[in-house]
This record gives sequence, C-alpha cells and structure tokens, in this order.
Amino acid sequence: MSVDKETVARIAHLARINVPEESLESIAGDLNNILAWVDQLSEVNTDDVEPMTSVVHARLRQREDVVNDGGKRDAVLKNAPETEHGFFAVPKVLE
Amino acid sequence: MTKLTDLSMADALAGLDNKDFTSVELTEAYVAAVEGGTSINAYTTQTPEKALEMAAAADASRAAGTAGPMAGIPLAIKDLYCTEGVLTTASSHILDGFTPAYESTVTSNLWRDGAVMLGKVSLDEFAMGSSNETSFYGAVENPWRAGDGKSRVPGGSSGGSAAAVAAHMAVAATGTDTGGSIRQPASFCGLVGIKPTYGRCSRWGVIAFASSLDQPGPITRSVKDAAIMLGSMAGYDAKDSTSIDTPVPDYAAALTGDIRGLKVGIPKEYRLDDAPAEILALWDQGVDWLKAAGAEIIDISLPHTKYALPTYYIVAPAEASSNLARYDGVKYGLRVPGDSLDSMYANTRAEGFGDEVTRRILIGTYVLSAGYYDAYYLKAQKLRTLIAQDFENAYASCDVILTPTAPSAAFGPGENADDPISMYLNDVFTVPASLAGVPGISIPAGLSGDGLPLGLQLLGKPFDEETVLRVAGVLEEAANFTAQPNNWWTGDKS
Amino acid sequence: MSAGKSNLIAGATGDWEVVIGLEVHAQISSEAKLFSGASTKFGAEPNTQVSLVDAAMPGMLPVINRECVKQAIRTGLALGAQINCYSVFDRKNYFYADLPQGYQISQFKQPIVGKGTITLDFLDGSTKEVGIERLHLEQDAGKSLHDQHPTMTYIDLNRSGVALMEIVSDPDMRSAEEAGAYLRKIRTIVRYIGSCDGNMEQGSMRADVNVSVRRPGEELGTRCEMKNINSIRFAQQAIEYEARRQIDILEDGGTIKQETRLYDSVLGETRTMRSKEEAHDYRYFPDPDLLPLEFEQSWVDELAAELPELPDDKKNRLMADLNLPSYDAGILVSEPEIATYYEVVAKGRDAKTAANWVITNLFAALNAQGKSITDSPVSPDQLGQLIDLITDDTISGRIAKDVFEVMIKTSDDPAKIVEEKGLKQITDTGAIEGMIDQIIADNPDQVTQYAGGENPKVIGWFVGQVMKASQGKANPGAVNKLLKEKLG
Ligand SMILES: [Mg+2]
Ligand SMILES: [Zn+2]
Repeated sequence: MSVDKETVARIAHLARINVPEESLESIAGDLNNILAWVDQLSEVNTDDVEPMTSVVHARLRQREDVVNDGGKRDAVLKNAPETEHGFFAVPKVLE
Repeated sequence: MTKLTDLSMADALAGLDNKDFTSVELTEAYVAAVEGGTSINAYTTQTPEKALEMAAAADASRAAGTAGPMAGIPLAIKDLYCTEGVLTTASSHILDGFTPAYESTVTSNLWRDGAVMLGKVSLDEFAMGSSNETSFYGAVENPWRAGDGKSRVPGGSSGGSAAAVAAHMAVAATGTDTGGSIRQPASFCGLVGIKPTYGRCSRWGVIAFASSLDQPGPITRSVKDAAIMLGSMAGYDAKDSTSIDTPVPDYAAALTGDIRGLKVGIPKEYRLDDAPAEILALWDQGVDWLKAAGAEIIDISLPHTKYALPTYYIVAPAEASSNLARYDGVKYGLRVPGDSLDSMYANTRAEGFGDEVTRRILIGTYVLSAGYYDAYYLKAQKLRTLIAQDFENAYASCDVILTPTAPSAAFGPGENADDPISMYLNDVFTVPASLAGVPGISIPAGLSGDGLPLGLQLLGKPFDEETVLRVAGVLEEAANFTAQPNNWWTGDKS
Repeated sequence: MSAGKSNLIAGATGDWEVVIGLEVHAQISSEAKLFSGASTKFGAEPNTQVSLVDAAMPGMLPVINRECVKQAIRTGLALGAQINCYSVFDRKNYFYADLPQGYQISQFKQPIVGKGTITLDFLDGSTKEVGIERLHLEQDAGKSLHDQHPTMTYIDLNRSGVALMEIVSDPDMRSAEEAGAYLRKIRTIVRYIGSCDGNMEQGSMRADVNVSVRRPGEELGTRCEMKNINSIRFAQQAIEYEARRQIDILEDGGTIKQETRLYDSVLGETRTMRSKEEAHDYRYFPDPDLLPLEFEQSWVDELAAELPELPDDKKNRLMADLNLPSYDAGILVSEPEIATYYEVVAKGRDAKTAANWVITNLFAALNAQGKSITDSPVSPDQLGQLIDLITDDTISGRIAKDVFEVMIKTSDDPAKIVEEKGLKQITDTGAIEGMIDQIIADNPDQVTQYAGGENPKVIGWFVGQVMKASQGKANPGAVNKLLKEKLG
C-alpha cells in the first residue's frame, strides 16, 4: 500500500489540515516510510486473536441519572475566539 | 551547607516537619532557581505568586497539625495538565491563551495534599516526541551535558518536567507517559520516573494524546520521592471511566529493601543486536545487583516485543487523530480565519499544529480510513492483545522484569530530526509495557562513557507498583547514583 | 398482512415499487445527558445546559448514564428485539460546527440492541410486519443557527450530548402510508414505555428517510436519504416527492445518484444539499475513553418483567376481552394517554359505548378546542358518570350529548348539569300518557294515516312530537311503548 499525493490531500482534508501543494510529496514520503515500517506486523498470524478493547479488566461504570453539571456558560464560553449573545460564533455555514 | 533546592522530597518534608525551614522559604529558593534557570527553557509558565500563596497555606496547615503528605513541596506541572486559571498549552500553538476553568484530578489531589505549584513545564507538542524539541515554545535543554560540553536533549515528552527536576528547579514534577514519556526523560536526566498501571491515576483534566495509553505519573530525584508523590497522585476517579476503583497502598511503606526470593525476569528479546555495549553492560550490572540482594534471576521471553513499536505507531496516532479533532478554532485557542467553516478549520489546524503532530494526525487518519482499518488499526489491536499476553505469561514465572530504559543516553539536539522512525526507536524498551498497561519505572543506574545518565527499567504486574518500587529502591541503593549535572545554566543568565 | 394491497406506482413505462427504510433518532427521556451531568431540558438559554464534557474541553472524559442504558434496553424489549449484554461505543469522526469533539460517540459494530420486529396497523384493520435492524445509543449534536447573522453561524451546545436511540428499520416499507404507520408505531411504543416523549416538533424524535425505487421483483435501486425530518406528514410528503422524482429520472434513461437530500417542507420538494456533498469516511473505532458496555441478562429480565403493557398487547386485550372492533381498539391504544383515559371510562361500563364516546364525542370536542387528551376539560371519571346517567335512564342519549357539550365548556359533573338544567328524563308514564293523548287529539290526520297502515313510519313523527313536547326529556322507550298501545 503506497500513499500518493492525492491520498495525502484526501486525508489532510478529512483531518481538516491545510497542507500546501508543495508539501504533499514530502509528507507522502514520510507516511510511506512509516507505513512500510509498520507493515512488518503483517508477518504475524492474528487470525484467531481478539483485538484489544482495553487493557483495563473492568466493567464500564454507569452513573446515576442526576443533573449535577451545566449552568456555567461563562466557563464554557470564556476561551472561545468569538461569541455572540451567548453562542459560539463561526463563519456562516451554507446548507 | 546543603542548599534547600538540593534536598529530596523526603528530606524536605522532614525538614519542614522539623521546622528547620518553612515552605515559604523552600518555595522562595525554588522560585529563585526557576528564575535563574530560564536558559534551560523548562518552564512555559511560572506562577511564583501562586506558589508563595500555596506555600504559606502549607505552613499554616503544618502549624495547625493538618498538613497533608506533600504539604509545602514545590512542584513543576507538565503543561498537559489542565490547571484552573493558569495558562495550559500542551506546548502547542493551537491552544494559544487557553486558560481552563477546571483543575485536573491528579493536580487537585496534589494540592489537596498540600503541594505547591511553581509553574507549568514544557513538553513535546501534545506529548508527541522523545526529545522535547517539538514544543511550540522552543526546545528544552538537558541540564546534563556530555563530556565535550555539547547540549543534550532532556528526552520527551515530559522533557520540561525532567529538566526542571534535574536542574533543581522543582523538587519533583508531574509527567505523563504514553509510550515512555516519563521513563525515557527520567533516564536521560538521571532521575526516577514511574508510569503506574493504566487506570491507577485519573486522566480527567489531562489533555489527551492517546487515551488507551496515556497515564500520569511523577518524575522525582529518588525512589522514595516517587513513592510519596505517586501516593498523592493516584486514586479512583468517578469522572474517568478507565480509572480503577482499588485502594491506593502506602507506597513508601513498600520500600523495605528486602527482595530476597523475588523473581526477576530478564527478557531475551530486549537484548538488541545493535544496542550500545555500555547499555548492555549496565543491564548486566543491574542483574548482578539484584542477585546480590537475594533476588532470583529468571530468563523470560516476551516474543512479540519487536512488534510493539510498529503497533504503538498505529494505535497512538489513530487515537490522537480523533482526540485532536476538538482543536478546531471554535471553542478555545487559536483561530485562523477562513472564508468558510471548513477553511477556518483547515487554516487553524495547519497553523496550530507543528510538523510532528500533523504527521501523526495524518497517519492516524489514514490507518482508520475506509479500506485500511482492518489492515492497520485492527491488526495493531490484535498485536496489542498478543503483547499483553506476553506479559501475562511472563508474570506467571516472575514478579518483575528488568530491562534498560532507553537504547542510548541523551542525544544531541536535531540528531534524530530528519528521520521520524529513528526518533521513534527511542521508545523501544518502554512501549511494550505501555501497550500492556503494566507499571514501569526508570531508575538512574550509571553514567555513559560521555558522562551522561543511563537508566534501568523495572516493569511489574498490573497494580503492583509496590513491588516495582521496592525493587527500584534496592537498585537505587546498589547503584548509588550521586552524579549531578554541573550548573552551567546558572552561569549564563542573560 | 396487507398482502392484497398494491403499493405499486404507475409510471409511463410500467409499474414501480418504492422501497423505504427509516432511521429514527429518539431522544431518551433522561434528566441528564448520556455522558455528562448537564440537564436535557428543552428550551433553555443558549449554552446554559452545557458541561465541560459537552463542550469538549481538553482533558474531559465521558461517563455513561445508567438511565439511558436502561431506556435503550426497555425500548429494545418493546421492539421485540435482541438485547446485547455486551456492546461497544465507537467514535464516528467528522467535523461540523455543532459537533464539539470532532466525533460523535455512537455504536457501530456492536450495538446494544439487535434485530427485532414491529407490527404496523392500518385503518382498514390490516397489519404488516417491519424488521428492526438495530437500535444503538449515541450522542446528539448541538444546534447551528444559520439565520441570526449575515456572515456567521451561531452554535448552541445545549443539545450536545443528549442521549439518542437510533432505531434503524429494514428496508421493508413500500409506501408513504406504511412509512407513516411505522413512524406512528415507533412513537406509540416509545411513549408507552416512557423512553422518549416522541415530540417531533421539539425534535425529540426525528427521522432519516431512505428512498429508492425499482421494478417489482428486481434488485434494490440506488437510494437517497432525507435527513432530520421532524413530522410524519413531511416524511410522507418527502417520500411521495422523492419516489416520483426517481421514477421520472429512470424513465428518462437517467441514473440515481446516491446522496443526502434536503426536504423543503415549504416547497414540498427534495433537493441536493447546497453544501458540497463529499464522500464520508467516518473512521469509526472503539472509543478508548470508554470500556465495552456490559450488563447481566438478569437486569434485562427484570426490565422486561417491569415493562408496562405494550400497545399491541393492549389492543389484542381490548379486542379479545372487551369485544371491541379492531378499528376502535387501534385508535384507543395509539397513545398511552388515550388508552389510560379509555380504560378509566370503560371500567365497569359497556366497552363499546365507552369507546364511542371517547372516539367520537370526546375527540371531536378536543379537536375543536385544539386540546390533547391530557388537558381534556372532561375527566375520564366524569365521562363515565355521564354514561352511567344514560345507562340508568336518568337522561337519554340525546340529552347526554347536550350535557356533554356543557361539560366540555364548564368541566362540571354531569349530574350537576342535569340537576341544574332540569334535564332528567321523564319516566313517569302518566305524564307521558298525557302528552300523547293531547297530541293524538290535536292530529287526527296522522292518526288516520297510522291506522291505515299507509305509512308505518308515521310513528316516528309521533315520537318526535312527544320528545318536542317533553323538551327531549321523555324516555324514548316509554314513549314508543305507550304510542303503540294508544295508536293500536
Ligand atoms: Mg443516520
Ligand atoms: Zn445517528
């Protein structure tokens, strides 16, 4: 499996990171090196192996249905780059 | 007379109890040391006023007889821990100006026990790195320099933490370890660093890199200090679904020095062909020390060791690519405008993330993307099962495992910069335990030919930090590592 | 089965079959959110019901709400579905303004509820089985407001993190009518067990509608999805429009492009979303902040035992035990509040009479006032008392209608109204006889007609006259009996 410039552009878009055209080639090279290196995993037969879900051997705890949070709009908004009337504000989205 | 900043945590606590000095005095000494050590670039934010306030409160609690187990001890906090009202950056441009309205559970535990915050210390951006060179706020220098006087990196990602403690700019520091980020910098800086069992310390309020691997832990100057500080940091937290509800033992009490009959496993797969001779020699030395103390040495096999690094470099970037999606210029931090929402996202994230973070996000996005998930991510999670089973099998015949911490002493700035994989190889000995979730500690055990510290690593059974610490205490005593970096940084204040 | 019913749509080149699958997002009626302790209440000031977890602050972690798990299990049980005691939460990764984490915590490969079946009821009494593919738990997104500012979109995270059940059907529906019946049935079920309030206007139940068309018997066609439709009527309109659009394209030799389309309820049409449709790649993977969700079968059994009577069971019982026709029973069980109301009215009374009063009179009155049964001015006890007054001959059925009208206006007890207005039925035969005698005396022509047998219906005319004279209060039975005697 080899990553080309188009693939880098596609995953950069999926990841919402602007990658300039002139960097695509070198990033593709980097990714290919790493992917070639991790490819050694394919030499291990894992047909009957369960994928790990968590190293923690415990059951997911379930909390009670109690309202004990919220009501802290100032804390929620205080670091926002732009707010309006208690809302976060972002460039207009066209649907 | 010993300087206050030369005291270990245990000795400082004894001195405070004995009224030899106050926490305010101790803290003032550290504040001065922090100011005098800016050329190391360990601190991203200093909080001297806060430190002195907390120190005064610790003194008052001591006078009132209500002092906690860490009352009055000045600490450096890795800038990955959210601290209420104090700038928290993850050493990333993308968190510009972010001041949390909340305090991480682990730091809350430390403040509850009376510890004092000197400030926030640098790390590789979002904890991704092994040299602390990827911080947006500049590289951190290792207080240790090689015999030729040339600079060395402090390791990473908790490089600022290790540098601050090694330079006596903090009694101890918090770190986080995802694939070795506590143990490797501890090894590079001649310190003790413990990564507890996954689930032992709460991750709540610690900025996530790879959720299934991240684990907070202390970096200290002695095993006893590590035991004291881990006792404060650890504990069940209902706010973290992966935190384990099991009592925290008295770790310091575990340091009995008695390891007679204890079985120490030596994994043959860690004996890398190209490892430097001095690393292998130190490892052999460690075996001899433990044998001399009455431990039984057992050859073990961790057959999937060689797959640990590639497994890690799939799992960690995959999780990171998702964990870092929240940095989008909407809720906090940097925003770079764009003519649409998507271009605002893409501009913000391009400018906000450095090269290594971008590289890992892209790799992580790729290995999770349609058509590649099974070949990479699923495959890696299966390998992870095998790696964890290796440890389970090994612990059927031994109590702890002894290995080197890192394949080399601290290297020079830029040395691994052009090749990500050579940088990743730094974690070859630390990553397997991270993948298996088991506890690990690095103890300074000797000096390289270059005069740089070298560490030995002990790995233990899940939630058996006590045995890990006890054996570490024995190694520490045998190694009698007393070397200190020369104080080059205090001379060239500008 | 409505097997006899043909749902085929006639095209210019032959018949077409429309194939519909539905994904319903139902907000769980919990106090707090799925993974945070913030309130779920609707309509609060923006961003006031947001925890640091919901706002995806750095280092924040999810902890699951047991109530939401419980309601998902109960809903699964009510859908007759497989409950999975081991399920896994996955992250669905995508960027959107109202998705603060950059991913939605959902369930992908291993949902909490697996396959099930529900039965749809139609007005003609026919039914149809529809397969449930799965039900999974997931977080709701926040809300984007696009029309508040010329160049900005506003984001409110109050809804961010509220628990949703996504209920996915098999592509078993073949008409807008069936899709409507499906949505009504899902709403009825969740409302019966109280896992969701089913309020589509407030968005607590929303539907994604998948539509494709094909020639009968052929392979499934390419589908289009209309997301977030918030009324059953709109869902049906969207299906009708979309099926016709696809048929027209195919008959013109075109092909259907798989896409997400917007249903515009004002124009009554679907259209391609203006924002560039891109290939989605959600990069699902198990959420490493959570462990797999595991619980005992014994908990499931307990919840099953405590489940209230479900609409299908109730309907069957009303038909079997009370002899109600399927049509009546179907209407009465359609809402839990109606069923409860009806069962109070019917208790110890004639079931069919009670059903008629509820379905005909009460519903008409409520409709006229734009009220729902929960704020009915006439309580079920009062309606029962009214029926009792008819049964024990205190008033006639006709007078009862007048009394009911007053009850709707005043909420007074029927006995009080009858008393105050003097509407008690005249059962005193002497008084009725007097009236009859007078009428016979005054109308010799009609008497002759009756006696001549020319028009036996003329007795009806006499009854009318007596009722008129008695202002409707004469007991109709007594009037009939006495008239026949007198007119011989
Ligand atoms: Mg959907
Ligand atoms: Zn959904």
